[in-house]
Amino acid sequence: MATTKNEIDFLLHLADNALIIGHRNSEWCGHGPILEQDIAITNIALDYIGQARNVYQHAAELINQHADTIQLTQTGKDISLPVTEDSLAYLRDVVEFKNLLITEIPNGDWAQTTLRLFLLSQFQLELFNQLLKHEDPQVAAIVEKSIKEISYHVKWSQDWVLRLGDGTEESKRRMQNAIDAIWAFTGELFIQPEYATAACLNYAAIQTAWNQKVSAIFEEAGLVIPAKTFVQKGGAIGMHTEHLGYILAEMQYLQRAYPNSEW
Amino acid sequence: MVNSATTQHAEIWQILETVMDPEVPVLSVVDLGVIRAVAVDVEGRQVRVTITPTYTGCPAMDMIAMQIRMALLGAGYEPTIKTILSPAWTTDWMTEKGKQQLQAYGIAPPVGKSIDAAYLEDLIVPCPQCQSTHTVLVSQFGSTACKALFKCEECKEPFDYFKCH
Repeated sequence: MATTKNEIDFLLHLADNALIIGHRNSEWCGHGPILEQDIAITNIALDYIGQARNVYQHAAELINQHADTIQLTQTGKDISLPVTEDSLAYLRDVVEFKNLLITEIPNGDWAQTTLRLFLLSQFQLELFNQLLKHEDPQVAAIVEKSIKEISYHVKWSQDWVLRLGDGTEESKRRMQNAIDAIWAFTGELFIQPEYATAACLNYAAIQTAWNQKVSAIFEEAGLVIPAKTFVQKGGAIGMHTEHLGYILAEMQYLQRAYPNSEW
Repeated sequence: MVNSATTQHAEIWQILETVMDPEVPVLSVVDLGVIRAVAVDVEGRQVRVTITPTYTGCPAMDMIAMQIRMALLGAGYEPTIKTILSPAWTTDWMTEKGKQQLQAYGIAPPVGKSIDAAYLEDLIVPCPQCQSTHTVLVSQFGSTACKALFKCEECKEPFDYFKCH
């Protein structure tokens, strides 16, 4: 059973990452710097919500199959069975969310938003390429589908890092400020959570590939990686920044206030 | 009735040809390449249609599944729709007819094959209005997740490009 519990936790980790970054990106809807880029980031948000749905659906299936042996929540407030993609997204509390901290920190300006997406999607691309070999065929199928979309996210966000980093004095200053602000959250990407037990995973290899690609883009854009910084971590095990509570308050409000409502 | 199963298969595919992508109403779900399999039971009533989503977050997929169901119910079948994710949908599965219909509708069809991964590099996409190759990418993401936005430098018209995927 430990294997199943680990797989469920890992699936929730993947789904929570997608849901929270999707929510953050969706905050730009109607506020993008120009119409085309507003549409672009909203489409990216949609891709992430779609990914979150696929993973939550699979997690819900596993949870329902093993409901008698698995304790789902840490707070003891059990979500009623059978769980669904919606109850997993809307009825879990902050400490149950397993998303990486980098997904929940505020958008900041356009530089910080595009930089965060670049750092995260580059990580996801490496991680998902390993998960193609996952022993659960449904996990492999979900990532196979997601990789195509994430390739476009990497391309789009990388173009913005280059464009702003290698742009005007003002745009360069903003992109460098974004790096200085976010960098402390990148260390957590490479800390393998205890529940990430799938044999296909190799976080050290992800880190090496990520470092190479990110450094190459920063060098081309004339940007500097900060000297050694403190690593902010804990999201993957439910220890979050104060920001996640506000996201959930907004996202879960309707289901909390009017349980089971639909529209 | 030796050929009944074959005939029915053909009939079902014909029905599916009439189900259009709600976002691109000239393109049938068959030409879009989302129909992966059709199975009919021995009595020829129960039909199982296997579909695959174009994009994971595509809101049109629920509507496509519902329209397939309605079309088959209307023809007297008892349909079930199954969604699979692997193998992942690719624009390579779009039919030639589908690509021509896209072009005629004013959306540039995918250029090249997704399999060679060149789809992420800078592409030359001919303008669907004036066929000029003097076009420029405005945004990787257009009116829907499956499209990019281009502008023609010749006729000055903006146009959607169905991304290779």
